[in-house]
Amino acid sequence: MKFTEEHEWLRVEDDEVVVGITEHAAEELGDIVFVELPQPGTTVTKDDEIVVIESVKAASDILAPIDGEITAVNDAIADEPAKVNEDPMGNGWFFRIKPSDPSQMDAMMDEAAYKAFIA
Amino acid sequence: MSDLRKTPLHALHLELGAKMVPFAGYEMPVQYPLGVMKEHLHTRAAAGLFDVSHMGQVILRHEGGVGPAAQALETLVPVDVLGLGEMRQRYGIFTDEGGGILDDLMIANRRDHLFLVVNAACKGDDIAHMRANLPGVEVEELTERALLALQGPAADAVLGAILPDVAAMRFMDLAIMASDYGELWLSRSGYTGEDGYEISVPAEQAEALSRALLAHEAVEPIGLGARDSLRLEAGLCLYGHDIDTTTSPVEAGLSWAIQKVRRSGGARAGGFPGADRILREFLDGPARRRVGLAPEGRAPMRDGTLLFAAEDAAEPVGTITSGAFGPSVGAPVAMGYVPADLAEPGTMVWGEVRGRRMPARVAKLPFVPAGFKR
Repeated sequence: MKFTEEHEWLRVEDDEVVVGITEHAAEELGDIVFVELPQPGTTVTKDDEIVVIESVKAASDILAPIDGEITAVNDAIADEPAKVNEDPMGNGWFFRIKPSDPSQMDAMMDEAAYKAFIA
Repeated sequence: MSDLRKTPLHALHLELGAKMVPFAGYEMPVQYPLGVMKEHLHTRAAAGLFDVSHMGQVILRHEGGVGPAAQALETLVPVDVLGLGEMRQRYGIFTDEGGGILDDLMIANRRDHLFLVVNAACKGDDIAHMRANLPGVEVEELTERALLALQGPAADAVLGAILPDVAAMRFMDLAIMASDYGELWLSRSGYTGEDGYEISVPAEQAEALSRALLAHEAVEPIGLGARDSLRLEAGLCLYGHDIDTTTSPVEAGLSWAIQKVRRSGGARAGGFPGADRILREFLDGPARRRVGLAPEGRAPMRDGTLLFAAEDAAEPVGTITSGAFGPSVGAPVAMGYVPADLAEPGTMVWGEVRGRRMPARVAKLPFVPAGFKR
């Protein structure tokens, strides 16, 4: 699994990548009450603001971590945003993306580096 | 956060795992490990303990007794203070010459003097305002007392276990009681829409009293985050957001706080700052009104969201002044100002969220029924 400085995790599954936010991010945001996801099929560029999440505290944007095409989104978290807080690294995933340049992930942090980053 | 003031419960907040934030010059707990949503729901289901020691506690004394003190205070607030019964309190507002609101406060009649609770962010200005404009009245800020709020349907049973006499108090009653925690000044009131008490306690006893209350399984510590969503669902104004010097009490839907005796035709009509505008608005109706707003869908409409009369209208007609997800409502809730002709419950308006117009329905306040013990 790879991690970004924006507190996203990326898990490679075959030729796609599943993306969500880390436990640390979910905890920092507090109870999430609203999630707006992109349309599957959308082509995105790294750092595009593609997801809006609102917690009890404030609204935040989730950026596309890499270039690619959104292939699926987790509608369950739009219906029940609390799932993100309950299981951010599992059932609380945000979207799947088909990378156009998988090498963009090479420079990302691994778990140990991320842990050091948030410490 | 080194320049920030601390309440007598600061160390306890840290021990309880609170996330501390700057608020009105104080370092205050915004949430505890339970989190805002659960803290909110717990308060409505059982009882929540709030540290509101940052608020100003002020005593007004006049050598002629409570009557002259009340008469003097009536020159600054459009409230019937003289008619307030002994050991009773009521909500009030300081108005300015333009009919705007300088602060909102609680006014209590303590037999031979008045006791006020004012907002933390305004207390310096409020005290200066009273010292400058209340001749013959001694204005004393109490800095050696903490203020706790115990709120929720279990508050009665929890506090009653320590102080059996509190059960007899009704909404807005006061009591002064000796206790193991020094002399407690109680009022059956709060700012969550629930039954409960506000408890003024000597600063050095505040932690011991808090621990005694928290020892009860029904009680959780509650931070400012949940305090905000609780008061919003209860339709209560937050000074600096829903009310300020640009809003009149009539616009703000606070006409109920101006008793008939201070209105046109009343025995003590007017005689407070901004009376011309405020009394005229009673007769003619205000141009705009504070309303509840229920956004459709799940996206909260936050403070500052512009409101439009139609989805494609060019110019905004109002603004949201408080908005959040309402945990008890299970949907976003908001309050804001709209023109008087759009203030009828059920009217649709549109809020601009991230560049998109989203519908919201004008809703009756409060969003949740009040649990007061009247």
